[in-house]
Amino acid sequence: MELVLAAGIGVLAASGVWLVLRPRTYQLIIGLALLSYAVNLFIFAMGRLRVDAAPILRPGEVGDPAAFADPLPQALVLTAIVIGFAMTALYLVVLLASRGLTGTDHVDGRDE
Amino acid sequence: MSAPVDHLVIAPVLLPIAVGALMLLFNEKRRRLKAGLSVATTFALLAMAVALLLQAMVPAPDGDAPVIVYPLGNWPAPFGIVLVADRLSALMLVLNAVLGCATLLFALARWHKMGPRFHTLFLMQLAGLNGAFLTGDLFNLFVFFEVLLAASYALLLHGSGTVRVRASLHYIPINLVASSLFLVGVALIYGVTGTLNMADLARLIPAVPPQDRMLLETGAAVLGIAFLIKAGMWPLGFWLPTTYAAACAPIAAMFAILSKLGIYVVVRLFLLFFGEDAGASAGFGGDWLFYGGLATLTFGGIGALASQSMPRLAGYCVLVSSGTILTAVGTGNSAVISGALYYLVSSTLAAAAFFLLIEMIERGREAGADVLAVTMEVFGDPEEDVEDEDEVGVAIPGTIAVLGGAFVACTVLFAGLPPLSGFIAKFAMLSALVNEAGGVPPAHWVFIGLLMATGLASLIAMTRTGIRALWAPQESEIPSVRAVELGPVLVLIALCAALTVLGGPAMEYMEVTAQQLYWPQEYARDVLAGSAAPAATAPVPGAPVPVPAAPPAVPGGS
Repeated sequence: MELVLAAGIGVLAASGVWLVLRPRTYQLIIGLALLSYAVNLFIFAMGRLRVDAAPILRPGEVGDPAAFADPLPQALVLTAIVIGFAMTALYLVVLLASRGLTGTDHVDGRDE
Repeated sequence: MSAPVDHLVIAPVLLPIAVGALMLLFNEKRRRLKAGLSVATTFALLAMAVALLLQAMVPAPDGDAPVIVYPLGNWPAPFGIVLVADRLSALMLVLNAVLGCATLLFALARWHKMGPRFHTLFLMQLAGLNGAFLTGDLFNLFVFFEVLLAASYALLLHGSGTVRVRASLHYIPINLVASSLFLVGVALIYGVTGTLNMADLARLIPAVPPQDRMLLETGAAVLGIAFLIKAGMWPLGFWLPTTYAAACAPIAAMFAILSKLGIYVVVRLFLLFFGEDAGASAGFGGDWLFYGGLATLTFGGIGALASQSMPRLAGYCVLVSSGTILTAVGTGNSAVISGALYYLVSSTLAAAAFFLLIEMIERGREAGADVLAVTMEVFGDPEEDVEDEDEVGVAIPGTIAVLGGAFVACTVLFAGLPPLSGFIAKFAMLSALVNEAGGVPPAHWVFIGLLMATGLASLIAMTRTGIRALWAPQESEIPSVRAVELGPVLVLIALCAALTVLGGPAMEYMEVTAQQLYWPQEYARDVLAGSAAPAATAPVPGAPVPVPAAPPAVPGGS
């Protein structure tokens, strides 16, 4: 499982970086999205991979922390997803504005 | 934690968010109301920041500099998120509020009408900055960073136009990638230590086992890159002059403190995590800061000489000041750092004043006059002979005289000449560098030389631009400037003058601040103890927060 997850994060990050370095805004925004997926998975993995372990206790129960998954990275991932999503949406608006103003989808606002 | 005054720490974050959200309910046409609300909020922020600064200056019962801790959910520190106000955060809050007041007043003359929801965005940016200065938790820092970045994206676009959209097209992705790096760094640090509380991290880092140390340092380095992008360290700062030049004047002036936020976080985390007590990791990254800072200084100085427009010149001046502070932090000498803190305040005020000033000067000039000013130096002035025509009226109109005076003051501040605070700042750093115990290492001589050289470079660049723009303008109209626009610039410069007059107390404050930064273990103890006190009175609920024990395997790592 570790290998699959590590490879998945690696592939997402690598394709994200490659796309971010491309000259078209559409490629850029897909690259940013892939990068943020990779990062979110990475944060999740930093809480250690656990199968069949709940992140929260049942009400009224005092449990052994070792039997539970670490809930903190899961909360962090949620926050990071929301923020990343909002920023991508905001960038889409700028991208459209630039397309309208300059007539090209090149990241420099002009075709070389 | 019941007296109202205890909640003063959270107020600089809550107030602007609340007022900003409230203003969304009003129609865009009710400008007067919105302007009044945001001016009142910004000045209230200034009052709160000054009150916090005064609190932070009163020595604690045990004689140390006090650390005011505010546990947000009333949970003790390693588990709950805390806000921490110490001398450095209080200083940055005041600086932020001063810049906020000055730029807002300037914007009220005309810029706030140039686009929608200026006041809400402006207050959100102030809230994000205040939160980032106050937080004692790494992930909370990320959230506040995103708040202020989101506001800054929209503010950069304020006034619209192709140039601003094109600049945002670079500025936004760079910051999004930086945010990703931020998260990677935070995740790595959490994976190794199991905590995100800065004070707890300072306590745990010396005890990190050797096999995990590399992961921790990798995380810290990745995190550092994210902040150095904001601070504009070479080679991560190429975006900065273009972006700052594209933003409208009051926003560019506010951006002057955005780059200082990057520096603030680097200073805080570097000294907290990798101070002298950090065991095997002590001083990690110090050389990178030092040499990176030197490269930034060089790049900024050359850029200032080469820049053909005033806004770009101001951008390079911001880079020079970033480079100076980063190098000073890299020396790891507390006397140099206290000088650098003084320089931080002085250079931020000067940069903001300069951004505002430029816009007023440029009003009376035709487009492209700046390029002409530089090229004429090289190719000669074709109109040199026809200058002695009979002049009618006042030789130098009053407005130009005031603008010129302010320009000279900015030049003096950037170049570090007496009598203004730029000189004291550079003098404090230089004297600390020269008087180091055990002689001056060769690398520090390079720093001393570059500090002088960049001062000279900014002097030359600013003088050249100033002569062309103010002293010998050809066919330019006198810019129409209102008192509400000129006032903030003069106030910012007057503050620099006040920093000079009160140089003794100001330097003393910086010295104690630098010493406080140098004893991270004390900070850690204060934060962990300070937040535990209120929780002792309120019973902690039974749910434990699992902290990952010794990791069996670290995926994605070595």
